[in-house]
Amino acid sequence: MIHTKRSLRGRLRAATAIGAVALLGLTACGGSGGEEAASEFTGEYTGPAVELSFWNGFTGGDGPFMEQMIEDFNAEHENIKVSSNTMQWADFYQRLPAAVTAGEGPDVGVMHLDQLSTMAARNVIVPVDDLAETLELSGDDFTKEVWDAGVYQDERFGIPLDVHSLAMYYNTEHFEKAGITEAPTDAASFEDALTKLQAAGYENPFWMPTLWPSHLMNLSLQWQYGNEPYDAEASKANFASPEGLEAIDWQRSIVEDGYSPSSVAIDSQYVAFKNGETSITWDGIWQVNDLDASGLPYAAAPIPTIGDEQAVWANSHNFFLPRQAQPDPDKQNAAKVFIAWLSENSAEWAGSGMIPARESVRAAGALEGLPQAPIAEQIDSMRFLPAVPGIGAVQTETLEVAVSKAVLGEESPEDAMTEAADNASKLMEENKASFGE
Amino acid sequence: MTTLREREGGAPARKGAPRPSGTASPSREIRKQAAATPWLFLAPYLVLFIAFVLVPIVFGAWISLHTWDYTRPLKPFVGLENYAELFRSGSGQFTNFWGSMRATGIFTLFSVPLLLTIPLAVALLMAKKFPGRNFFRAIYFAPYVLGVAVVAVMWRYLLDNNIGLVNYYLGLVGLPNDIAWTTSTPAAWVALVGVTVWWTLGFNAVIYLAGLQDIPSELYEAARMDGASPWQQFVNVTLPGLRPVLSFVTLTTLIASVNMFGQSYLITQGGPGRETRTAIYQIADTGLRNFQMGSAAAMSYVLTLFLICLSLVVFWLFRERKDAR
Repeated sequence: MIHTKRSLRGRLRAATAIGAVALLGLTACGGSGGEEAASEFTGEYTGPAVELSFWNGFTGGDGPFMEQMIEDFNAEHENIKVSSNTMQWADFYQRLPAAVTAGEGPDVGVMHLDQLSTMAARNVIVPVDDLAETLELSGDDFTKEVWDAGVYQDERFGIPLDVHSLAMYYNTEHFEKAGITEAPTDAASFEDALTKLQAAGYENPFWMPTLWPSHLMNLSLQWQYGNEPYDAEASKANFASPEGLEAIDWQRSIVEDGYSPSSVAIDSQYVAFKNGETSITWDGIWQVNDLDASGLPYAAAPIPTIGDEQAVWANSHNFFLPRQAQPDPDKQNAAKVFIAWLSENSAEWAGSGMIPARESVRAAGALEGLPQAPIAEQIDSMRFLPAVPGIGAVQTETLEVAVSKAVLGEESPEDAMTEAADNASKLMEENKASFGE
Repeated sequence: MTTLREREGGAPARKGAPRPSGTASPSREIRKQAAATPWLFLAPYLVLFIAFVLVPIVFGAWISLHTWDYTRPLKPFVGLENYAELFRSGSGQFTNFWGSMRATGIFTLFSVPLLLTIPLAVALLMAKKFPGRNFFRAIYFAPYVLGVAVVAVMWRYLLDNNIGLVNYYLGLVGLPNDIAWTTSTPAAWVALVGVTVWWTLGFNAVIYLAGLQDIPSELYEAARMDGASPWQQFVNVTLPGLRPVLSFVTLTTLIASVNMFGQSYLITQGGPGRETRTAIYQIADTGLRNFQMGSAAAMSYVLTLFLICLSLVVFWLFRERKDAR
């Protein structure tokens, strides 16, 4: 008896000791300081053959275009081989910090504009000022908001590849039958179109999503009504301001007026559009290839101005360089060559439905004849989320939930938005304290 | 095993012979190795156990005492603040966490009884002899081999309230066809529990089936001789005979239900609002998406505490009773 007890205690002690040692090992590997982007970039790469891993989230109709561009790049560059790793964006933003912290990050990648400051603050990505200089990229060639959002604490972290916004897709066959000749452009003509479509037998012409992209529609509308959803300076969310509430009220009214069925489940507004069950849907411009492939008779137009001024939610894909545990100057230079090449050849990327970020590329006719061309004309009315670290998570936790509740009719728009705005302000306050900005 | 081998031949007599203790040298050698041998046999498991269970448990507890964002160099020690926050109403985490615990509770409450009874009924049916029995056994088990992603994406489309097949067929037979299976409660709970039962009942059924086959047929024979009806046989022979299996199935089902994540993550995305966000969902979101590892670890420990209490109740319910026959 005594013997077994002692040996049990001994075993426990041994186990604890082993655990403690392992723990020490773990924590010892944990912290590693931040490195700067490596050696001076010269514009080309002449070193030994390298293989670059390239992470991105182009899982949609944009994926094949990126694959094609990578293939072309590899064919042109003997000593650089880029292999891409594509995953869902939601996974991407979880995996990237984990991989980089563990020293297993990629060599180069693409992320969204509104994530750059978060990732920079978390020391996941490194500055690329020298690259912008070598490429002679400057704000003149980009929309100001896109270009400026890549800067965090006076350093540049992203090189914009494209901009992409919401667009309005409509079924041209339905429009013809309803006798609508032009895409609606404002609240009155939009409502008029919906009434005509209903009269033509399309019972629910505009399905209002309760999940993605409902919050992007909401942001667009908030901007249209003259509201600034996030006040970066004051760390405050303004969803519940009178102008902000007009946006969500309008979304809910689409359901209440019977233009949309209630409780639309995830993605079904898009599937319904592809099936010809609904006539209008607002979705990302990158869906054009998917819609082309479906054979649906459709056209794309800028989303109508429901509020007082033209505005639409937009985002931008940006190249970045992750922090490396052991920076390899060869790889970093090769990665920069890769970024430069893709940026210069971004006309081809327009085929994916995106709008090249560079004014010079657009001016050279990259968008000619493409379905997103009419949307690209509105590039100056595109609005972006402010470059505040942690804004992405704030949005998923607050605005997305509130928009969903309000469109479902679970809560009154005012209650849902007021709660969300309070929580968002709280989170922004916490983020500000945590990131020490 | 032993009886089988003895029957097959070999040297049963020599094997069974008593060894003169302390004289034969081979036996002493065996005893000398004995101290290290069990450890060596255990080593492969122990290494995994320590690396993937013990260390994470201790490390997790350590994390829960900090404001832990693994991408940040500073991880300040905050003592029990993360736990205190969970119990302070009005704090940032309070509503979300207890909302998710409530969701987990609802799911567990409705899924566990169904996952205990339906598979038992299926197992009783499958234990009977009838043509095509193996085919049906395979059919019932088949969904279990699918991953949660496959199951969830498939059902997401089937259950879609506007374009899904479920509502379409309900409409064909004259039932209400406008139930929002994934975007309203309580329909979402019916959907989540239903999908989970469909998906995992095969596993429990197989365990039950194995248990049923272990009950000696003599017992049924004796019961029949005593004039027991099928129901009496079930209550007095089958259920007692299944008790060890039953406690295992209850415990694993309970743990699996409390740990539900994939179904609500993929089918309802936690919606409507946050109503079907389970505890694991909330923990994953807090820790992995919002980088609040400390808070997420604290939530895990509170959830674990609940799970331990529940498990103790199950153990107590299925304990060997002293007055048992």
